[in-house]
Amino acid sequence: MNPLSNYAFLDESSKREIRRATLKAISIPGYQVPFASREMPIARGWGTGGLQLTLSLVGKGDRVKVIDQGADESVNAVNIKKLVSSTTGVEVTEFTASASLIQSRHRIPEEPLQADQILILQVPIPEPLRLYERSEAATRKLHSEKEYSGAYLILFEQIMRYGRVSTGADHPVMVNDRYVMAPSPIPRFDNPKMDSSDALILLGAGREKKIYAVPPHTRVVSLDFKDHPFEIESVEGRCCRLCGATGVYFDELQDNETGETFYQCNDTAHCLSLMNAEDGV
Amino acid sequence: MSDARAPGEDWVLRTNKLSKQFGDRCDLCRSVDPSVLERNFCPKCGTVYALRSVSFDLYRGEVLGIVGESGSGKSTILNCLYYDLEPTSGEVFVRDFEEGQTNIFSVSGQRRRHIRNHVLGKVYQNPVHGLRMRFSSLANIAEKLIAAGNRTVGDMEDRARNLLEHVNIPTFRMKEAPANFSGGMQQRVQIAKALSNNPPVLLLDEVTTGLDLSVQAKVLDLIKQIRRDFEISMLLVSHDLAVVRMLADRTIVMLNGTIVERGLTDQIMEDPQHAYTQELVYSLL
Amino acid sequence: MGYVAVKGGQNAIEASIARIAYERLKHGVVLYPEHIRAGLRGLVDQVMSEASLYSEAVAALAIKQAEGSPEEAVFVMRAFRSTLPRIHYSFTIDSESMRAERRISATFKDIPGGQILGASYDYTHRLIDRELAGETDESAEAWLRQWFAAGSSGADATDRIGRLPKVIDYLREEGLMKSIEPDDRDPRDITKEALSFPTVRSQRLQILTRGQTGAVTALGYASLRGYTPTLHPTVAELRVGRLPVVVPNPFGDESDEDDGYYIGEIKVTEVESVVPASKAKGYGESELEFDIGYGICFGQNETKAIAMSLLDQCLENPIPGSATHDPEFVLYHIDSVEATGFISHLKLPHYVTFQSELDSVRRSRGPMRQRSLSDQGLGDGGSY
Repeated sequence: MNPLSNYAFLDESSKREIRRATLKAISIPGYQVPFASREMPIARGWGTGGLQLTLSLVGKGDRVKVIDQGADESVNAVNIKKLVSSTTGVEVTEFTASASLIQSRHRIPEEPLQADQILILQVPIPEPLRLYERSEAATRKLHSEKEYSGAYLILFEQIMRYGRVSTGADHPVMVNDRYVMAPSPIPRFDNPKMDSSDALILLGAGREKKIYAVPPHTRVVSLDFKDHPFEIESVEGRCCRLCGATGVYFDELQDNETGETFYQCNDTAHCLSLMNAEDGV
Repeated sequence: MSDARAPGEDWVLRTNKLSKQFGDRCDLCRSVDPSVLERNFCPKCGTVYALRSVSFDLYRGEVLGIVGESGSGKSTILNCLYYDLEPTSGEVFVRDFEEGQTNIFSVSGQRRRHIRNHVLGKVYQNPVHGLRMRFSSLANIAEKLIAAGNRTVGDMEDRARNLLEHVNIPTFRMKEAPANFSGGMQQRVQIAKALSNNPPVLLLDEVTTGLDLSVQAKVLDLIKQIRRDFEISMLLVSHDLAVVRMLADRTIVMLNGTIVERGLTDQIMEDPQHAYTQELVYSLL
Repeated sequence: MGYVAVKGGQNAIEASIARIAYERLKHGVVLYPEHIRAGLRGLVDQVMSEASLYSEAVAALAIKQAEGSPEEAVFVMRAFRSTLPRIHYSFTIDSESMRAERRISATFKDIPGGQILGASYDYTHRLIDRELAGETDESAEAWLRQWFAAGSSGADATDRIGRLPKVIDYLREEGLMKSIEPDDRDPRDITKEALSFPTVRSQRLQILTRGQTGAVTALGYASLRGYTPTLHPTVAELRVGRLPVVVPNPFGDESDEDDGYYIGEIKVTEVESVVPASKAKGYGESELEFDIGYGICFGQNETKAIAMSLLDQCLENPIPGSATHDPEFVLYHIDSVEATGFISHLKLPHYVTFQSELDSVRRSRGPMRQRSLSDQGLGDGGSY
């Protein structure tokens, strides 16, 4: 731990303010709470929202896990972990089950989260209506009036154009039947995990200066139409080349020698634990 | 044709003492004497009195024409009714909103949206204001259906196709964005959009202004046809008395923010009372 | 003990960090922060201004660490700023108390106190000076000896001629300036409270003054080129000089400025621009008056301060549909740390999101047109 800097980098009053915003976010599920996002020693857009949440919450007894696009070992995840542990001295872990705080960029772990865990998602664009309306003042009004035609219109237009909903990641969700929310660019595959989650889910957008939350056991519904129901990415017919898992989200890779396409668990910690279980370790 | 109706009973939209000012007002124009105004503005402070205590009823199934020169306040009426402008004072009641008991300006933003989406349809002079130019024509129609709570793509697409067919948009162009269309075609898409939720009241603001004569005729025919097919009440604003004569049952003549004459359109055309109306009618002959 | 995670990421980062140190040191020459402070005044000023932290020493160190990249140096300064608690708010600084080194006006040829050129590149010929390549400490000393011998000094103009009156006051006395109600509300600290729209002027000025120099200049330029439908603005006064900073005495009367502590001075560039604006007189007549645009930034950073003054005036008078008059457009896009951060995040892996997009693209093309990854020549390796 660097003796020159504050515990968890931020000064105490900043942490308090972030926690206040977080409490407000939990009280109004799906509502984007503005907060005075601090400049962090990692770049805006690289997870500063998630990082501020993590640093405002982390205590001496916590065990922190950081994943980027599913991987604990991704450079950005490693870098964030390094900052958290060097400013707090807390233990970091790769095991989903033993982590109390999980900061993640664009994935919800395969292993179901527990009631005593907090998932912190990094968010690039928190406003689900931005494509429809570029003014922040206008979108705030739309939220306040629960006017979400725009979110559906975007999906409708995709169906007109491409014959189906063509959102990739970040498919909008309705939270607690009140606020339409950007779930952050998690794959559609992960959207259902937000619904009635046992764990608290916090979402932080550092550059856009917003914090929002899905409290435990909150109803989260992916937006869709009756005759075009929400669909997750197809993982059918795929299995992990390492652990043999099916029905999980995969990375698509190519064998350098044969040119053959193969798949591997995207959640590397999950893959590892499956392999170890098979081995009887 | 209006004698079958009992006036005051069968209104679908009632406007009571609607006023709209632009500007801060001053001691001079705060005095109630309207004679201090020069046309519709205060000569001292420049405050514009766009509407001054305008009251009228729109009856079920009728087309009410509002005619006047530019600056007379006729478009301001529609802008207030559709919440594009907040009136300075006055009330508006709509039969299909809470039995016509609630002033539509006294309600929250959420309920205002409900009125815009269910009770009223508006066609703007400039299609840019009524359409999302870069979304497909089908999505433009669907926007109002979505806002009204529809969540079935198939239904909405069918309804949108029907409406677009009704306004003569060729099937193969329905997925195109209005940005690619001619002015007349854009206006027809706008009419289809305004009709999408079967509103009891349609507001038409100078819908043929700026179009070629042949295109104008087509749009006017379309409005006639819609009136037949949909049994909808319309407020038709135009500076062109010929358009009003062709479509309106009754007509209101506006000048400098006030109504100077009202009556059956035929009556007004044959026997105009106010000097300004006379001028208008004679210029038409 | 079974399978363990591959530690590739950790090693890759360490190697990358070592490599950047190598790039900085490979010539075997060390750059000292005092050289940066002495010789890279423009960069130090720019970095302090964009970082909104006034410390030449920290800026020089940040520039050294960033190998001269302004965006990187600003980033380091801003992150450092986040760790500092806010102990005091200074008393409001009256910029009339500036000890000016340079002061020019484009409105009048003769202004009370006179035009003072001071140090400026404006009238240098921008030719590469090859002699600088051979400059030595000795030749610098000789130059300085000559300068002092000729009776010159480094003292500022205020020392020589006393307080300089403001050009704008001259116009104000004649009643030509738009009258503005004094606004003595406490400024809203944008670093402690998230921006919401509509904004107040104190928020706008803070964001403008710490805006990226290039971004503020570009938008100011756009306004001048025609995005602002008014007449040409004029720089009433541009000053470069030093301002004293005084903080309240925490043990005495906190409102008594005389009892406060002087903690040092900051060098700033201050600009007041005047823009003709129409004012209704009544009975349909109008007259012209001058509206003011205000720009101020740390250090000598004249283009930015002028551009800021133009944008201040733009944002005071929003025009729908004009980018430079749209507070959301201007204020959301000029911050160096935000803009460079979000652009550079595109370098991060997007494997998950891209896989999701791939799924949508493949589905929209129908089963017949699906191709395997190898056909598309994608998916090469997973190395960083």
